[in-house]
Amino acid sequence: MTPPSLRVDGLAFAYPDGHQALFGVDLRIERGERVALLGPNGAGKTTLVLHLNGVHRAGAGRVEVGGLEVTRENVQEIRRRVGIVFQDPDDQLFMPTVADDVTFGPANFGVTEPELSLRVKEALDAVGVADLADRSPMHLSGGQRRRAALATVLACDPEILVLDEPSTHLDPVARRELAEVLLGLDRTMLMVTHDLPYALQLCPRSVVIDGGVVVADAPTREILADADFLAAHRLELPFGFALG
Amino acid sequence: MTVGAGHTHALHRPGDSVVHRLPAHVKIVVAFLMVLAVVATPREAFAIFGLHFLLLVGIWVAARIPPGWLAARSLIEAPFVVLAVLLPFFAAGPRVEWWGMSLSLDGLLAGWNILVKGTLGVLISVTLAATTPLRDLVSGLSRLRVPSMVCVIATLMLRYLEVIAAEARRMRLARLSRGHDPRFVWQLGATVRSVGSLFLRSYERGERVHLAMLSRGFTGSMPAFTTASASRVTWSVALLPAAVGLALAISGYWVA
Repeated sequence: MTPPSLRVDGLAFAYPDGHQALFGVDLRIERGERVALLGPNGAGKTTLVLHLNGVHRAGAGRVEVGGLEVTRENVQEIRRRVGIVFQDPDDQLFMPTVADDVTFGPANFGVTEPELSLRVKEALDAVGVADLADRSPMHLSGGQRRRAALATVLACDPEILVLDEPSTHLDPVARRELAEVLLGLDRTMLMVTHDLPYALQLCPRSVVIDGGVVVADAPTREILADADFLAAHRLELPFGFALG
Repeated sequence: MTVGAGHTHALHRPGDSVVHRLPAHVKIVVAFLMVLAVVATPREAFAIFGLHFLLLVGIWVAARIPPGWLAARSLIEAPFVVLAVLLPFFAAGPRVEWWGMSLSLDGLLAGWNILVKGTLGVLISVTLAATTPLRDLVSGLSRLRVPSMVCVIATLMLRYLEVIAAEARRMRLARLSRGHDPRFVWQLGATVRSVGSLFLRSYERGERVHLAMLSRGFTGSMPAFTTASASRVTWSVALLPAAVGLALAISGYWVA
C-alpha cells in the first residue's frame, strides 16, 4: 500500500511572538488527489503550507510527506518532495534565465547531467514555455512567468505540488491556460486559493481552514453550494455565481 | 498592465565572432591582463599608448563591433575626463604658457595619465561586456574561483536590479498620478520617503526569495554553472593580445 502523499496529524503552531496560528490541524491527501485549501485571510493557510516543507517546525503534531516525517534530518528530501509554487513568480524566478531557474532545484537535489538537462526540458515542455528557456524572466508575460515558476518546481519531480494563489494577477486567458496545464499534469496537488470558481474547476475536494482548525473537508461543489457556511467563514462566490 | 518591461543589457552586443565565442573566464583573464598592461605603461611613453589602442582596434575588428557603438558606451568616463582637464590648471610645479594660459607641466602629465589609461581601461571593459552576456560573466567568475557567495550575490543582483527598477518606476507613476510634481526642493520629501519604502519592499522581497530558494533545496551555494572549458590552444590564442599588451608596457620603460 502506498502511503498518502500528505498526512498532517494534530498540527499546532505558535509564532515566536506568541500568536497561535494553528490549533490542531488534521489533513490527509492521497496520491493523485487535487485538493483546494480555502479560508479567509489570516486563517492559517500560509502557516500550514510552510510546515509542509519544514520552513516552520510543528509545535505539536506531525507532518508526513509520502510516508516520510518532516524532521530536521529529512528536511532536504522533504523539500524535494514538496514543490511549492509561491504567489509572486518574481520571488520564485531569481536566476538570469528561465532555463537557469528550472535547473536550480534539481541541481540542488543532486541531479546531474545528462538527466539534469532532460528534466529541465521535460518541465519546460509540460508547462508550454520551452521556447522561452533562454529569456530573462523580466521579459515574460504574467501567465508565462507563472508557468515558468511552475516548471521550476516540476523539475524537482515533487510528490505533492503546493500552489499558493496560482490565479492572482492573471488575465482570464492566462488563468484558463494555467488551469489546462495543471489539469494535464496528473500530480497530487494542494491549491491555496481565494478564487472559488478556480477551486471548483481544478479540485474535486476542498478543505476549509478558519481560526487555525479545519472547519470543513468535503467535495468542493458541496462546500460552495452552502451559502450560510461560506458566509460564516468570510468566503464568497463572485457576483453572479450560483451553485445548485 | 506591465509598466516598464525592463531594458535589455545595454552593454552587450550579441554576435557570433571569434571573440564572442571565447569562454567567459578566458576573456575576463585577458581583459584583466590588458588593463594591467595599460596601467603599468609609463605615462611618458606616448607612442606605446597608441599601440595599445591599435591592439584594441584589432580586437574590435575581430569582434565586429563598430567604433560608434563603443564610443557611445564609453561616455561613462566623462566625469573623470573633467578631472583630467582641470589638473593642468590647478597642479603645482613648473608651468608652461600655452595660448595665453599658464599650465602646470606636472598637471598636464597627470591629466594625460588619467585620460589615456582611463579611456583605454573603459574601452577594454566595454569590449569585454559587449562580447559576453552578463550571466556568462558571472559563471566565468565562478569558474575563476571567485567565492561562491560573491557569485550568488552577483547572480541575484542581475535579476533583481530589474525587478526593483520596475518597482521604483511603478511607485514614481503612482506619485505622479496623485499630482506629485517634484520640481521644487520641498517636494523632494515624497521621493525620499518612497526610496525608504522601496528599501523595505526590497528587503521583504529578499526574505521571500530566500524562502523560495530554500524550498528548492538551496543550501548556501549555487549549483555549478555549466560553462565551456577552454583548451590549451584556446588559452594560448586568447592570451596573445594580453601578451602583446604586456610586452608593450615593458618596452614603454625603454621609450620613456
